[in-house]
Amino acid sequence: MHTTPLALHMTDGLLNAPTALLFGAIALAGIGFSLVKARATLDDRTAPMAGLVAAFVFAAQMINFPVLPGVSGHLLGGALVAILVGPWVGTLCVSIVLVVQSLLFADGGLTMLGANITNMALLGTAASYLVAVALRPLARRNRSGLLVTAFLAGTINTVMASVGFLLEYWIGGAAGFSVAQAVLPMLGIHLLIGIGEGIITALTVGAVAAGRPDLIRLLRATPSSGRPTARGDTESASGTVEGRS
Amino acid sequence: MNNTAQRRRGGRTFFVRFGVVALFVAAVVSYLADSSPDGLETVTRQGCETVRTSNGEQLTGDCIARGGTEHAFAESPLADYTVLGNSSLTGLAGILGVLVTLLLAGGLFALLRKPSGPTSGSSTTAPNGDPPDTGR
Repeated sequence: MHTTPLALHMTDGLLNAPTALLFGAIALAGIGFSLVKARATLDDRTAPMAGLVAAFVFAAQMINFPVLPGVSGHLLGGALVAILVGPWVGTLCVSIVLVVQSLLFADGGLTMLGANITNMALLGTAASYLVAVALRPLARRNRSGLLVTAFLAGTINTVMASVGFLLEYWIGGAAGFSVAQAVLPMLGIHLLIGIGEGIITALTVGAVAAGRPDLIRLLRATPSSGRPTARGDTESASGTVEGRS
Repeated sequence: MNNTAQRRRGGRTFFVRFGVVALFVAAVVSYLADSSPDGLETVTRQGCETVRTSNGEQLTGDCIARGGTEHAFAESPLADYTVLGNSSLTGLAGILGVLVTLLLAGGLFALLRKPSGPTSGSSTTAPNGDPPDTGR
């Protein structure tokens, strides 16, 4: 009784081989760059947080919610990770989730892994991070500002990922099917899913903000001025270790 | 900086709670998931009709998804978030997925993180953290 349960991502064969390879290379480059950039933001406090954020995104992606009769959607997580742990670590979080889903749960084709990572871990995360940074003054003002920022970033994230798919299919779709007919339904449905993603992102960011606002990367110092703060953290952390021993 | 010490303890509680929520979502809420095809699948199947054959589903007509082929690991034990094809064990598959993701991501991020403070035995950082050689 196989009725395609919980297939969340692009399956094998949707793109031709050169296009799949191209996006495999783009995904690898994006992950490599993120690995380098992520180091600066990971410390004893943010590393466990980032691991948990990845685990949470895996869990949340399992929850398909209805958007139209017979059509569902689920969180992609790009905006959530960008706001909570920043774009570089966030890209790694979503990439790990996609790799686990593809290798362990046969969800998302092996040859489409690069394209899926490009759409959800790179494009979605980047677009929603830009939105979140543009709205950062609002997010810092008060709780509703933060929730609105999370909602809008979440919505953009889903739509951007679907734009990525359209782009990939336009470049190298395997079946000779014109992408033009898919543009409007694709964007329309993913705008609806994006509203769901926005709500889940806002709820989750709101919950973290209620408990540990200091763990929300977006609300902390900007990356350029972040280094002195990070050094300050290091010093106080070492003080704690000494105090305890 | 007593505040930091408090925060650290609070941090552990928060992390445990966050992990429990993730496990709960994967183990329990996953049973409430809508089983309709998602947006991507819906759009890529537009123009095709789904025909059930003895080998499962087949698409006829003209649509993006027609090029799609079955996943190479479609017969693997946890395929489609089941356990050995048993979809009533989705919650268990979800728990395993959360734990594997946590292990991989947590492990990677622990390896990548900056050595902060004088962790005993490691002499890569000066006691008051001089990061120039790690900073890029």
